[in-house]
Amino acid sequence: MGFIQAFKMAIKSIVSNKGRSFLTMLGVIIGVGAVITAVAFAQGSTSSITDSIKGLGSNLINISITGRGSNRQITYEQLQKYADENSDTISLLAPTVSNSMTLKAGTLSRTVTVIGTSEEYEYIKSKHVSSGRYITSFDNDNKLKTAVIGTAVANDLFAGVNPVGQTMKINGQEFKVIGLLQETDGSQDSGDDDQVIIPVTVAQRISRNGTIRNFTIQAADAEQVDAVMENIKTYLTSVYGDEDLFNVMNQAEILDTLSSITDTLTVVLAGISAISLVVGGIGIMNIMLVSVTERTREIGIRKAIGAKRRSILVQFLIEAVMMTGLGGLLGILIGVSIIHFIIGGLNITTEVYSPFWMMLSFSISLGEGVLFGIFPAYKAASLNPIEALRFE
Amino acid sequence: MIRIENMCKIYNMGDNSVYALNDVSLHVAEHEFVSIIGPSGSGKSTLMNMLGCLDVPTSGEYYLDGKEVSRLRDNQLAEIRNYKIGFIFQGFNLLKKLTAVENVELPLIYQGIGHRERVRRSTEALEMVGLGDRIHHTPNELSGGQQQRVAIARALVSDPPLILADEPTGNLDTKSGADVMKTLHFLHEKGNTIVLITHDNSVAAQAQRIIKIQDGQIIEDKEAV
Repeated sequence: MGFIQAFKMAIKSIVSNKGRSFLTMLGVIIGVGAVITAVAFAQGSTSSITDSIKGLGSNLINISITGRGSNRQITYEQLQKYADENSDTISLLAPTVSNSMTLKAGTLSRTVTVIGTSEEYEYIKSKHVSSGRYITSFDNDNKLKTAVIGTAVANDLFAGVNPVGQTMKINGQEFKVIGLLQETDGSQDSGDDDQVIIPVTVAQRISRNGTIRNFTIQAADAEQVDAVMENIKTYLTSVYGDEDLFNVMNQAEILDTLSSITDTLTVVLAGISAISLVVGGIGIMNIMLVSVTERTREIGIRKAIGAKRRSILVQFLIEAVMMTGLGGLLGILIGVSIIHFIIGGLNITTEVYSPFWMMLSFSISLGEGVLFGIFPAYKAASLNPIEALRFE
Repeated sequence: MIRIENMCKIYNMGDNSVYALNDVSLHVAEHEFVSIIGPSGSGKSTLMNMLGCLDVPTSGEYYLDGKEVSRLRDNQLAEIRNYKIGFIFQGFNLLKKLTAVENVELPLIYQGIGHRERVRRSTEALEMVGLGDRIHHTPNELSGGQQQRVAIARALVSDPPLILADEPTGNLDTKSGADVMKTLHFLHEKGNTIVLITHDNSVAAQAQRIIKIQDGQIIEDKEAV
């Protein structure tokens, strides 16, 4: 008996038991759908975060001071002095005090990231104002409550009005809007349009945080980033006497750290949803065993008129594999629909379709057909024709 | 065609063994129409299983179409059944989800014959038993007599040397039973060897030769009048 014939028989048997076949496949459908959705979710989040990190620029170095309880502290002034002394390799330095704060203008309010920084931040981020002006050292020196806002903030709080010159409240304190940031182009929403920039001195005061813990440095040359990082580390170690009290990272390192985290996340999520795939496979075995019993007489007839063990084995095995395979395909379809209509449609994260995971979960579902189908198929093939024919 | 020498079949029932067949020897020539008759428990079902290569004897020899088959293994027996024997059962034993022509072509599927050839031969066989106009009906849409004739078509489609009929009229009314017997006679006239197993004397009497079996032994073997 050829394989094509066996396929035809399997199709016929699956179609003639539509309800039962569907229930059998359901476990695999859900399993494969869950794996694909979970992976897409993990990878979508990753790509959203990765995009915003890439926006940092390749010649930027982030310094974050983690040291707590140390009696030595580095100040913005000290770091500025260090940057000035190394101006051949360090072109810009900006402090950042980043907090989530509530904005209020009239009756409208919204919570966004408020970044306290200096005028250098404009050039470090290459994000300029489209109208009004950026914050200046004058604002910082005099602790003026001035703010530069992103387009998303402007659209929400000052719809239809020119925001420059308007006032708004940040955590209850009145600020004057002095500039509007350029809109980030491209469809990627990196979050840069949804932020407010204020003088760092003011941010320190509102957040009641005396010290500045984050700095961004722009190396003069992307080639020198590693050397600059080493120098900064040496300098900071000399200040703190302990290299565990600060972190110096560039974009590549952040991405590396992130990708190792998200890879783990992907595998964990996929693993959890794969459990349902295994449970689905056991369901297949269950139904196949019932089906073998139910079809004992058919097996007896087939054997009596000349079917060999192998023919029966192949028939039932192909039936199992076709059901799991079909279940796998439907699962992919459902997973893709969820990614497209829910994850993408509701803008939860970026839509990511991973052919690798689709192929993998499909192959697993095929493998399950073999693994969980072989025992029932073997049972069918081993039936004694005389007893099988007597079976009612 | 059939040569059985000193065949025994012993079933072990707990402590004591039962001789279902006790030293049976039997010869059936080609083109013969033989009926085997006996009450239930006489061993005729066991003999039928042996003749049909569904089971192997405990001892003795069985030559079918010149080949010793009593020591063959499962798969080889399946092949013998496929090529050499056409089965007709009391309960028809058709697959309910398949149409008449799909049922008839089953033995050919296991012979590895291509689709077109199978359909051609199956249709021919159905025409031969007078069901040429019912080839796409499922068993549920056919009467008992028609179902049995589909089963006969299935038995003869691969043109086996031996046709083995086990109580073919047992589940049928008199008229359908007569139709089925007529079909068997027709096959016999065409040259097939037919072994008919029954407990009904009037059915058995239609064969050329009647073999009576009781307690696992042949007690009478005579020409029909």
